[in-house]
Amino acid sequence: MSKERIQISEDLYDIMPSDYQDLVKSATYGKEDRGWKDIGTSKELIEQHSLCAGCPESMAFRYILASLPNPEDTVMVGSTGCTSLVFPMVAVHNIHSLFGNQNAIASGLKRALSVRFPGRVKDVVVLAGDGATVDIGLDMTLQAWFRQEKFTTICFDNELYANTGGQESGLMQKGFVAKMAPVGKLFDKVRLPEIARESGCHYVVNCTVSKPSLVEKVIRNAVHIAREIGPTYLQLYTPCILEIGKNSMEGLQEMRDSEKPTERFAYKEYVSEPAKQLLAELAAKDKERKAAAKQLAGQVSA
Amino acid sequence: MSDYRVLPGPEHFLPPAAASMGICLPNPGEAHINGVIAPEEKAYEEAARQFLMAKVPTIFPGPLVLWAWNEKAAKKATAVRHLFNTLIECVQPGQKPMLIPMPDYRPKYPKINPEVEINPNHPNLTIWHNRIDCCMFIGVHCHQANLSLKIIRGGTSCYTIAMCAQAGHEDAMLSFRDASVEKIMKLADTVKRLKGTVQPRLASAKNGVSS
Repeated sequence: MSKERIQISEDLYDIMPSDYQDLVKSATYGKEDRGWKDIGTSKELIEQHSLCAGCPESMAFRYILASLPNPEDTVMVGSTGCTSLVFPMVAVHNIHSLFGNQNAIASGLKRALSVRFPGRVKDVVVLAGDGATVDIGLDMTLQAWFRQEKFTTICFDNELYANTGGQESGLMQKGFVAKMAPVGKLFDKVRLPEIARESGCHYVVNCTVSKPSLVEKVIRNAVHIAREIGPTYLQLYTPCILEIGKNSMEGLQEMRDSEKPTERFAYKEYVSEPAKQLLAELAAKDKERKAAAKQLAGQVSA
Repeated sequence: MSDYRVLPGPEHFLPPAAASMGICLPNPGEAHINGVIAPEEKAYEEAARQFLMAKVPTIFPGPLVLWAWNEKAAKKATAVRHLFNTLIECVQPGQKPMLIPMPDYRPKYPKINPEVEINPNHPNLTIWHNRIDCCMFIGVHCHQANLSLKIIRGGTSCYTIAMCAQAGHEDAMLSFRDASVEKIMKLADTVKRLKGTVQPRLASAKNGVSS
């Protein structure tokens, strides 16, 4: 689908609910420089969500959906967990996979899209929780990376199984006691970013979602690199405020505390050599385009 | 031939798929009424009669006509609007035709307002809220239409019509096949022709609500 097709039939326009009319009128499908700054001035690609009040995951969703470079031609693959409560409210094509097989689904999907739409850019983005990515779906996650499948994997890391009441997950910190893990975690948090790098990912980032501009940058980089070169992986800390005993307004501070230099979500980035080259080329093109636009604006005003 | 008949419900919580009960789809030029193959001409008259009898005759346009994918979709949308306008012209006081969209198939809980849009995952809510006793689906993808038709048959007494662009729907009480602009316009013409000849069931209507 391209953005030109997102048009309501004129004769039935008046009966369409306002959220669809708004999507057509003011969503940022097709906008070249779309990003988190569009939030508040355009229709977001997420409707009212059903997550808990103050959930950092909802912030992450908003920033990611605002930052996808090509939302009209993107398919997102979700998995079981809190994220699956949000996808029905998302105005980007999405598929709900079985618990853990999201990267296998995305592999087939990406290949099928390349065959069905040759010559058209179709992005695939997996978005799943840490249980789906690291525990139940680790096999599928790794195999997709080994095969160099060209899509982005995003893990919303809340360090436990939040949706089912707080069971231990592989990404939980060592020693952490949760409601359904009373003994405390006995081994270290799985180092998936390092595993991702060693498994062939060309772009790996470990960070929180406290800074929208940072989320925008890593999403754009990850999608562009996955499109051209190979698999990319983002591990984003989206703490479950309920399970760690915080109030609704404390999610942001929790992320800020966890991204300090010595903490487990201090910003870490790995970029492969081919990916570095691509990012440099994209930056140069972007600069050229902006200069041309500035020049044109100058000519018009003169 | 199967003895099973596709009739207004409420049939029961999980009604069987009509196909599994031996109901066959019509061949080109035919339709089916209650699961029995009938000439298309007869189906136009029956559909028009059902619309004119209903207290709240309703059209549910789906994504294939709501969104202007191509010129054909836009033309069908115009024809759907014409049919709706015809219903408004032809009904008697007390009858309330409605045009309610099914913009997409996401289970948009809790955001959805079932009074203003219908969703295939819980179409019965829209039927109940608006007390719809006759409805027609058009422009809904096959699997979502089948799901909706079954849920409606299971939980409501609403009469369902499918104006299907493919081979028809066994799960509707009346189904056309190969829907086109011409067929929608012909149905509108039939409604106009039968205007005044059919008594609306205003007093006895159960309003599409199961007890």
